[in-house]
Amino acid sequence: MRDNKKTYWKGIEQLSNDPEFVKKADKEFPEFLPINQNEDGGGSSRRDFLKMMGFGIAAASLAACEAPVRRAIPYVNKPVDVDPGIPNYYASTYTNGGDYCSIVVKTREGRPIKIEGNKLSKISQGGVNAQVEASVLSLYDNERLRGPKAAGNDTKWETLDKEVINKLNSIAAQGGQIRIVSNTILSPTTKQVIADFTAKYPTTQHIMYDASSAEGMLQANESSFGVRTIPSYDFSKSDVIVSFGADFLGTWISPIEFTKQYSKTRKIGSGKKTMSRHYQFESNLSLTGSNADYRTPIKPSDEGKAVAALYNAIASKTGGQSVSVKGEYKNIDKAAKDLLKARGKSLVVSGSNDPAVQTLVNGINSMLNNYGTTIDLAKSVNFRQGDEQAMNKFINDAKSGRINGVIFLNSNPVYNHHRGAELKDALSKVSLKISTSDRPDETAVLADYMAPDNHFLESWNDAEPKTGTYSLAQPTITPIFDTRQAQETLLTWSGNNTEYYDYLQNNWKGKITTSGDFQEAWDKTMQDGVLEVASEAAAPSGFAGNVAAAGAAINKNYKGSGVELSLYQKVGIGDGSQANNPWLQEMPDPVSKATWDNYLTVSQAWARENEVTAFEGKSNKAKVTVNGKSVVVPILIQPGQAPGTVGLALGYGRTSAGKVANERGVNAFPLATTVNGVASNSVMSGVTIEVLEEQYQIAQTQTHQTYMGRDTVIQEATLDAYKEDPYAGRHMPHISNWMAEGGETSPGNLSLWKGHKYKNHHWGMVIDLNSCTGCSACHVACQSENNIPVVGREEVINRRDMHWMRIDRYYSSDAAPSDIKGLEEAADNPEVTFQPMMCQHCNNAPCETVCPVAATTHSSEGLNQMTYNRCIGTRYCANNCPYKVRRFNWFKYHDNGQFEDVNTAMNNDLGKMVLNPDVTVRSRGVMEKCSLCIQRIQYGKLEAKKEGRRPKDEDINTACASACPADAIVFGDMNDENSRIHKMLQINHRESEDADYLIETEIGEPRAYHVLEEIGVKPNVTYLTKIRNKDKEEAKA
Amino acid sequence: MQVTSSVREPLVTGGKTVHDVTEDICRQVEGKPTKSWMLGMAISLATLGIGAYAVFMLLWEGIGVWGLNKTVGWAWDITNFVWWVGIGHAGTLISAILLLFRQKWRMSINRAAEAMTIFAVICAACFPGLHMGRLWVGFYWALPLPNTWGSLWVNFNSPLLWDVFAISTYFTVSLVFWYIGLIPDFASIRDRAKNKVSKAVYGALSFGWDGAAKTWMRYESVALILAGLATPLVLSVHTIVSFDFATSVIPGWHTTIFPPYFVAGAIFSGFAMVLTLMLVTRKLFKLEDYITINHIELMNIVIIITGSIVGIAYITEFFIAWYSGVDAEQYAFMNRAFGPYAWAYWSMMTCNVISPQLFWVKKIRTSIAATFILSIIVNIGMWFERFVIIVTSLHRDYLPSSWAMFYPTFYDVGVYLFTFGLFFTAFLLFAKFFPVINMAEVKSIIKSSSLKRNN
Repeated sequence: MRDNKKTYWKGIEQLSNDPEFVKKADKEFPEFLPINQNEDGGGSSRRDFLKMMGFGIAAASLAACEAPVRRAIPYVNKPVDVDPGIPNYYASTYTNGGDYCSIVVKTREGRPIKIEGNKLSKISQGGVNAQVEASVLSLYDNERLRGPKAAGNDTKWETLDKEVINKLNSIAAQGGQIRIVSNTILSPTTKQVIADFTAKYPTTQHIMYDASSAEGMLQANESSFGVRTIPSYDFSKSDVIVSFGADFLGTWISPIEFTKQYSKTRKIGSGKKTMSRHYQFESNLSLTGSNADYRTPIKPSDEGKAVAALYNAIASKTGGQSVSVKGEYKNIDKAAKDLLKARGKSLVVSGSNDPAVQTLVNGINSMLNNYGTTIDLAKSVNFRQGDEQAMNKFINDAKSGRINGVIFLNSNPVYNHHRGAELKDALSKVSLKISTSDRPDETAVLADYMAPDNHFLESWNDAEPKTGTYSLAQPTITPIFDTRQAQETLLTWSGNNTEYYDYLQNNWKGKITTSGDFQEAWDKTMQDGVLEVASEAAAPSGFAGNVAAAGAAINKNYKGSGVELSLYQKVGIGDGSQANNPWLQEMPDPVSKATWDNYLTVSQAWARENEVTAFEGKSNKAKVTVNGKSVVVPILIQPGQAPGTVGLALGYGRTSAGKVANERGVNAFPLATTVNGVASNSVMSGVTIEVLEEQYQIAQTQTHQTYMGRDTVIQEATLDAYKEDPYAGRHMPHISNWMAEGGETSPGNLSLWKGHKYKNHHWGMVIDLNSCTGCSACHVACQSENNIPVVGREEVINRRDMHWMRIDRYYSSDAAPSDIKGLEEAADNPEVTFQPMMCQHCNNAPCETVCPVAATTHSSEGLNQMTYNRCIGTRYCANNCPYKVRRFNWFKYHDNGQFEDVNTAMNNDLGKMVLNPDVTVRSRGVMEKCSLCIQRIQYGKLEAKKEGRRPKDEDINTACASACPADAIVFGDMNDENSRIHKMLQINHRESEDADYLIETEIGEPRAYHVLEEIGVKPNVTYLTKIRNKDKEEAKA
Repeated sequence: MQVTSSVREPLVTGGKTVHDVTEDICRQVEGKPTKSWMLGMAISLATLGIGAYAVFMLLWEGIGVWGLNKTVGWAWDITNFVWWVGIGHAGTLISAILLLFRQKWRMSINRAAEAMTIFAVICAACFPGLHMGRLWVGFYWALPLPNTWGSLWVNFNSPLLWDVFAISTYFTVSLVFWYIGLIPDFASIRDRAKNKVSKAVYGALSFGWDGAAKTWMRYESVALILAGLATPLVLSVHTIVSFDFATSVIPGWHTTIFPPYFVAGAIFSGFAMVLTLMLVTRKLFKLEDYITINHIELMNIVIIITGSIVGIAYITEFFIAWYSGVDAEQYAFMNRAFGPYAWAYWSMMTCNVISPQLFWVKKIRTSIAATFILSIIVNIGMWFERFVIIVTSLHRDYLPSSWAMFYPTFYDVGVYLFTFGLFFTAFLLFAKFFPVINMAEVKSIIKSSSLKRNN
C-alpha cells in the first residue's frame, strides 16, 4: 500500500486548481446551498417566521395529544424468563367440572398456545384428550364475559360486591336460604372457601351435581362397602375387561387415565404376546365398544339383566348367592369363563347410574377378587361427587319458593340438568341469583348478577383428583378481561380480602404439606404440577351389598316397551360445557365421523324396516318424543347400534353459549329419565319416533364405512393367529420380475427413482393400530399446534375439512370379498378399526414429482416438505396422493367474514392469540398437509446443537405423538440406533449403495407394514397390524 | 397446378369459376353483418358475460366456489381443458396431415378448422390458468424464467410443465400456420376493398403480399415446412396431456394406453366439432358448393374410425385392469361402470362408441341433419369421457375413508360457459371479418374446364 501514490481528484476543477474551486475547497458543501434564501434571495421573511411558528404550534399541540397506547412494545426491562421466540412451559391442571388432567401449558410471549400432558402425573401420565387439548382455545373465546354485570348491564366489581354483600346479608338476617350450586369440585381449597362462605352465611348449603351423574356408583359403593366414593380402577392389571355400557376410553369417569392403562394391555411385540380381552355390552356403538374384542349390542332394558346374567354365571362357579333375574345374552357365558380364569386380574365396570346394577357389578368384582388388585377402594377418585338427592331437593325447594339466594358456581343446570326447565321457571321465585360462568350461558342469563370467573389458564387453583394425589394450577396469562377468580369472589363476599393465591398457600401449609420447608415444597409442587402424599386410609373390606334386593329392583325396573333411547356423550363435546369451541365442534366423532351436530343413531335393521336410507350423510329427520317432550333430529344410520334402540348425544342444542354452539343440534338433557330413583340416560319406554319427510345432511368427514376388504390398507389378525405366526394378517405383495430369484420380488425393490441418501437424520413414525383407540386427542393437538383452520358445517359437507391428521374408522362387512357392492355395507355389529392417517412422507412421493413449480420437495432428512410461498395451487399433488392427505385452501379462512363464526382462531384479534407463531397461517389457494411438526424438529435439533450433542428421542416429539393417551404413535429418528422407533421397527443395519430409505425387507418387526405397499411410494410412516383377542374362527373378514 | 382427371368428381360443385370463388367468399367479409350473425353474436356475448361473472367470482373468492373437495381436486376444470384441447386437434390435423397426404378435399374446410383450433386452444388454456389457487403468481411461475430466488426453477418432472410447453408450442405453430395461410386471402380482400379503413387494415394484415411467382413459391414452401412441424404436434399434444394422468399413481389414470387413446379421442371430438361448426357456416354463408356432402361423408368416416379406436381403448382398459391383477385398478373400472357415476360412464359409452357406428349406414353419414346431431352427441360423449376419467378415478381411489362424491356448482358451469362464450364470439368475429374458406387454395382445385355448367 505504501507504493500506492495514486491521487484521486474530485473533479477536473481540482486538477486544474480552478480559482473558484480553491476558494470553496475547505467547505463541506462547496456548492452553493440554497439555505437562508427566499424569493428575494437571502434572509428569512416575516412570512416564513409566521409559517414556521404556525407549524411549530400545530406540531407541538398535536404531539401533546395522547398517542394511542400500543401494547406490542419490546420490553424495556426484559423479564428473565421471557425470550421472544422461546416457549415457556408451565405445569398446571385442567379441571372442568369433575374432568381432570394434569397438563403442561406452552406459552409464547406470554400467551398460552398449546396444552401438553404432564408426564409426572400418575393419573393422566402425560396423556390428554380432545377436550383438554381444545380448552386453550376456550380461553380466547370472544363470547366470554368482559366483566361483571348486574341485571344485564355492565358494572364494576366494587359496586357488584357491595350490592351482593348487602343482599346476602339481608337474606342471612332474615334466615333466608342460600345455595351454592356447582359441578363436582376437585379443589380442596375451593371447598374451604365455600366452607368459609357458609360460615359467614350459615344458611348456605353447597350442592354439587354432575351432568353425567355417578350417583348410582356412589350409592352402590355406600351400600356395598359403606363408603360413598368411586374407587380407583386399574385396567392395566386386567387381563379380562367386561364393560356394560361404560365408555371408559371416551367419556366415563377418567378416560385419559383409563386409556393409558388399557393401552398397556393392548401392546404386543416380540417380548409380549399376550393382551387383554375386552367384552363390551352396550346399546350405542361407543368409542370403547369400537375397541372391544367382543361386543354385544343390548337394549337399555337388558342392561340390568345382562349384568345379572353375568353375576349369576360367576356366582354359580364361585358359590355366590345368585339373583333371580332371567335373561340370556350372547357372550355372557364366554365372558364369565374368561373372567373366572382371570380372577384378581379382571375388571367389570358398568356405565349405568342405577345403584342396583352397580351393586351387582360390585358383587361380580368381589367374587372375582378384583378388590385390592384392579380396584382400589382406598384410593377413591373424586371425579364425580354430585349428589342427586341434594340437587333434586334444591330444585323442589326453589319451585316452592323456599330458596332466597343462589350462586351458580361455574355450573349451568338450566342447560345440563334434566330438570333444567323446571329450575328455569323456579328461578323467578329466587330473589338473588348470581352466576360465575365465563359467559352469559343458559343459567347466567337468568341471574341478577354475573360475576365471571377467570378461565382455568388464568387462575390459581389446586385439585385432589384422588385421595392423596394433589395437583396445582397456575395462571399462564394475566386475566384477559375484567374477570375475577370465583374463589376470590366468594372470599370477598364472605368478608375475607386475602388474595386467593395466599389463601391457597395458607390452606396447603396447614393441611397438605406438613413437614419441611414449605416454600421449597410449594415451588417444587408448582413446577411439577402434581404431588403425591401417602394416604393412610385403609380399604373398606368385605362386600356387603344386598344383591337380592338389587336383583328384585332390576326385575322391577328393566322392562322395555317399544323402541328404547340411550343418551350418550360424545368424546369431543361431552356435556356441552365447551360446546362453543370450534375445534371440538369440527372434531369428527371418532365412531360416526360426524361433526357439528347431534343426531339420532339408528340401527341398520331399523333403517331397513323404516325404509330410511342415507347417502353421504344425508337422510331423513325424525321426531323423537319421550314422555311428551319431543325433539326433531337428523337420522344417522349407525352400524353396531343395538336393534330396537336409538341413541342421541347430549351436549348439543345450546342456546346461549356463543355463536359457534348456539342452535347446533338439539338439547337431549330434558329427555333423560329416572330409573330406580336416580337419573338415567336409558329411556326404556314411552319413546316414539316419527320419520319426517324433511331431509338433512349431517356433516361427516368420512362417508364410506368399510375398507372394502383391502388388506393393503388395514392388516389385522387374531391373537391366536399372531401367536402362531407373528406375520399373521400381513399382506405381502409381490411383483413378477425376471431378474429376481424365484421370479418375484417385493415392490419395494423396484423403482424408477434413485432414492435418497439420509446421512444425518431420517425421521419416521410408527402407529400401532392395536393400541390406537381412535380417541382423537392427536387430531385436536395437531389442529392446535399447526394452526389448522376450522371450516364450518357447510364446508365439511362439501368435504373440505382441513385436518392434517384424520382418524379413518372402518367397519367390517359381512359380504364376500368378491361382492363389491356388498362390501360397501357394514356389518350390523361390525368390528371397528381406527387408522390415524396423515402425510406418509413417502420417499418416492407421488406429490413431489407432479408439482410444476417444485413447491413440495423432499428434505435431506426424509420429510416431504411443503413450501406454501411457492405453491400455485394446481392441486395435482393432492390428486396424485394415494392417501388423500393433502388439504387445499379453497378459501381464505383467516380474516374472512364468511368464516368468522366458525374459525374463531383466525378471525378475531382475541382468537388469533392462540395461533402458534412458529407455523405459518396459510393463505388462500395453497396446499397444505402434515409436516411431521417440522417446527418442533427444528427446535429440538437446535436445542441439542446448543448443548453440543445429537438430538435424542426426548428432544423432539410431534404434537400427535405427544398427545396420544394410548402411546400408539411413536416418532423418531430411524437412523439413530438408540431411538425408540429404531428398536420398535427392528431396523436392520444396512449399507446400501443406491439409497438409504427403508424398504420392507429391512424392517424386522413382523407387524410393521406400509399402507399401500404395492405402489412403491415407500412411506416413512409405518403401521403395526391390528390384533384382536378373539378366538381364531370368529374373526371377520 | 396439379392435373386432375376430368372424370373425378369435382371437389367444388356448382361449376364455380375462379372469380365465383372470390365473390362467394369475400361477400361475407365485405357485406353488412347478417341478422343471424347478429343474433349469434348477441347470444355469444351474453354467454360470455355470464361466464365472466363466474370467472370473476372464482378469482375473487377462491377455488372453493367450485364443487371440488379434498378427494376430487380436479373435475370440470380439467375435463373442460382436455375437452377443448381435444377439439383443437382437428384443425391442425386437417391442414397439416391431410396436406402431407395431399387430401385436396381438406382445402375448403381447413381455414375454419384451423380457426376453431386456435380458439379451442385459447379456451383450453383458460382452465389450467383459472384452476390454479394462485393464478396471479402461477401464470409466470409455471414458466422456466430466470429469477432472483436463487436457483429456483420449475420442476421438469411434472407433466403439468410438459403441458405448458406442449400447449404453448402447439398454439404458436397453429397460429402461424393459420395466419400464413390467410395472407394471400387478406391480399385479395385488400385489393377489392372500397373503403380506406378496410384497405388499411387488410393491407396491414396481408403483410404486403404482392402475388409474385416468387412469393407464391415461398408461401408454398412455408406451408409445407409448417405442415411438417405441425404434424408431430398433432400427435404429441394430446399424448402429453394424457401424461397428466398416465404418469400418476391413481387407479384409472395410471394407464399406458392413454397416449394413443387420447389422440384418437381428440381427433374424434375435433372432427365432430368441425362438423358442427361447418354445417352451420355452410348453411348461413351459403357455401354448399364448397363444403359438399362429400366432405361431410369423408369426415364422418374419420369419426367412425376414431370412434372405434376409442371404443377399443375403453374395452382394453377393462381387460388390462382384469389382467393386471391389481385390486385397486379392478375396482376403479368396476366402479366406473357400476358405481355412483355409472350414468356418466354409460352416457360416454352410448355417445362415443355406439352412436358413431350409425355412420356405417350411408344414408346417415350423408344426411346433414343426422350428422349435425351426431356431431353434437360425440362431443357430449367426449366431455363425459374426460369427466369419467378424472372424476370417477379420483372419487374412489385407494383409501375408502376418503371416498367422496363431486357435485358441480353454478361456478363450475359458469366458467365452462365462459369458454363457450369466448369461443363463439371469436369464431363469429372470424367468420365475419376473415375469409372462412381458403380462396387461394380452393382456386387450385376448381376444375380447369371450369365453365359454367349444370351439375
